[in-house]
This record gives sequence, structure tokens and C-alpha cells, in this order.
Amino acid sequence: MPKITYKTYQGNSKTIEVENGLSVMEGAIQNEIPGIDADCGGSMACATCHVYVDDKWFDKIPKAEDAEVDMIDMAFEPKKNSRLSCQIIVGNELDGLEVITPEKQT
Amino acid sequence: MKKTDVIIIGAGPVGLFGVHQLGIKGLKSIVIDNLDKPGGQCIELYPDKPIYDIPAVPECTGEQLTKRLLDQIKPFNTEIHLNERVDEVRQEKENWIVKTNNKKEFIAPNIIIAGGVGSFEPRKISLKEAEKLEDQSVFYSVRNKDHFKNKKIAIFGGGDSALDWALELSKYSKVTLVHRRNEFRGAQHTLSELRKLEKAGKIMIKTPCQIISLDNEKELKSITIRFDDEKTEVIPTDIMLGFFGLIMKLGPIAKWGLNMDKKTIEVNPENFETNKKGIFAAGDICSYPGKLKLILSGFHEVALASVECFKRARPNEKYRFEFTTSSKTIQDRLGKK
Repeated sequence: MPKITYKTYQGNSKTIEVENGLSVMEGAIQNEIPGIDADCGGSMACATCHVYVDDKWFDKIPKAEDAEVDMIDMAFEPKKNSRLSCQIIVGNELDGLEVITPEKQT
Repeated sequence: MKKTDVIIIGAGPVGLFGVHQLGIKGLKSIVIDNLDKPGGQCIELYPDKPIYDIPAVPECTGEQLTKRLLDQIKPFNTEIHLNERVDEVRQEKENWIVKTNNKKEFIAPNIIIAGGVGSFEPRKISLKEAEKLEDQSVFYSVRNKDHFKNKKIAIFGGGDSALDWALELSKYSKVTLVHRRNEFRGAQHTLSELRKLEKAGKIMIKTPCQIISLDNEKELKSITIRFDDEKTEVIPTDIMLGFFGLIMKLGPIAKWGLNMDKKTIEVNPENFETNKKGIFAAGDICSYPGKLKLILSGFHEVALASVECFKRARPNEKYRFEFTTSSKTIQDRLGKK
């Protein structure tokens, strides 16, 4: 299973194995990774699963749709490498992915 | 204090359908919502987006769904109290008393919480100074337009609210529109109007950039923004107006002594009652094994809750299950002859 690393904004990190086909958000929720709220349950209707994607990975994951980019406007402190983790689907090609959770979600 | 049979908290689809289910059983209800219009998430998050999973409605938007529900409950003449957030819930014998942030009070034997994911509140900017200046020179909505006349205004955001207010306020104030990326999301005519005003020098547009500081603590004098290429710029500003969308906060619900599972309320799936007798939860805010956050599930949940509400509101009457198609009583209540 692909390994995904979740880092907090303070630099603590945790690496877990996430099943193919799950989203990076679901991987976090199932493994009780703090810093990802996912209030809407993955339907792109909130921005509380917002993460920053490590620069070396950002261009390797499929680009965000318009609706996701619009929703990121509503996130806490969006940056250029912001994504909603519910929209990043885990596959073998993402083995080693690193995402950083923001200081807060709301 | 107003007395009713059921107080419904939340005017989203589930709360509105609750009015219907209670109404056909002959129960009176009132609805309270923190937003300025009914519809909940359907209106706030996806008024124009299609919904495909309402039974027998192949496609409708959030706005259409809300309008249809409002039509459906018209016969019951139910009061919907908007811009009111329920702050307090307390027990008085067999009844519950609900108090809002504007000090309105209601009493009823039943409460149905159909609060979605809690109350919507504007997202604020995270700079410390912004808090001190809030409601003086930092705002997240326009309540009184006069306050925004003949000023230097910096508007933040890239969606409809930011664009609409930029156009409106540019009629009598100097407006700078700031957004974190180059694309704005709005109706086509709004966007072309915006570009026209920019060309005419009526609106200044700054993108892609974000705010880094508010200058002068007592009274706002200017703001500093930073572009993506690290350049910074100071913009003389009297008023900052931010439209960063809404965030959903569970709010006071967490303090009412209900059994919670994270941000949801645990219910008995037989009648959707919480651990407190006479307080029910339906829709996205309730949780039970197998819960699905679908509008149609919420409709089912509130229908079952309405039966239990009947038993509590009319303890001396026997509840009789009836179909709308064949019940004369229900048709009378719906004003059908």
C-alpha cells in the first residue's frame, strides 16, 4: 500500500499506509491524523480538509478542478500548493506523498 | 414568550420538510435559523448547482429545492425566524425553552435540531489587528451602506459577494479589489462590468496577492499586501471588507448536554430522539449506525421524529397513521377542498 506522510505545520510527521482508491482525507480520518476536519465528508462542500502539498509532489498529482480551486479560496490561509485532501486519490504513483496540514481548518 | 408544539432549529431542507410532516399531523411549529434566508447549505453552498438524488426529481438546484419546499409548507403559515442563532436551551418541566442571540424566547414540548453542520459564520482574516478593528474598519458584510460612502475601501475575495460589492461601492467610494489568484468567479456580466470599471480607473484590481498587515491600530490607515512574486504594496485604506466565504461552526449546540459524536448528535434511529426526552436531531447533524448525509435521509428522519413529537405534544390523543392521498383531515390541513 502507498505510504502517505502527514506533517503538521509545526513539523511533526506521521507516515501511514493508505489503501489505493481512498482519498488522502479518508486516510487521515481513518487513522486519526489530527489537523484534517473534513466536515462535509468529502463532497467538496467545505474547505476543512485543506492541506499544503509538498512542492516536489504538487505537479505530480492531477490538477484541481475549478470547483476545488473556488473552495480553496474559502480555506484558512490558502497558498499556491493548497489542495483539498478529499480530492487527492491515493494510487501507487503517490507512494511517498507528503502533505502538510495547516495551523487550523476554520 | 411564544408557545408552540415544536421548535425547529435550522431552516434547511430537513427543517422545512419537518414543518410539513408536523403540519399534516396537526402540530404547530416555528423555525429558527442563523442565516438571513431559508435553505441552509442548499442556498449557501450550491444555490445554482444541480442535485440529482431527490426521489422523483431527476434534477433540481439548491435554490429550486428550497423554493419547492417553501411552497409545500405554505398552507401551514409557519413563522421562520431568520438571523437568529439559538444560544440557550433549558428545561422547564415537560417543556423546553429556547433563547436566541437576540433574546427571543420560545417554549415547546419538542425541539427538532436540523442544524446541518452547525451555524454558518463568515470566515475572518487571521491577523490579530483585524479582531480589534472589527466592526469599526474591518467588516465581513455590508449592513449599512452609508457607512461605506466616500471611503477608501479594500475588498478581499474572488467570488460573487466580493465582485457585487466592488461594483456597488465603486459608485461612491474608491475601491481596491484584492484576490489571492488572478481568476475571479462570478456572473459573466459582473466580470465584464468589473473589467470596464478597471479600465475607467474606477476600481483597482490587485492579484495575485494576500494581505500581510493592517496598519495603525486605533483607526485603519492602510493595508499592506504581498504579491506572489514577493513584492509588497501599501494601499491607503479606511475600510477593509473581506469575503472569504462562510465557515460552519457547531456553535452553542455543543453545550446543551446532548450526547455527541465529534460534531454530530447521537440519536435513536427509531424516532431520532437524542439522549434528552423531547429533543430530536435529523439531517446531517444526527448520527446513528449506517447514517448517510443525504437530503432524502434527512426527510425520513424528520418524518419519524414528527411522530414522537405528536405523542409528546398531544399526550391524550392517539396517533393515527394516515396517507395524504386518502385522509380528509390531512387534506383539510393542506387547504385542499
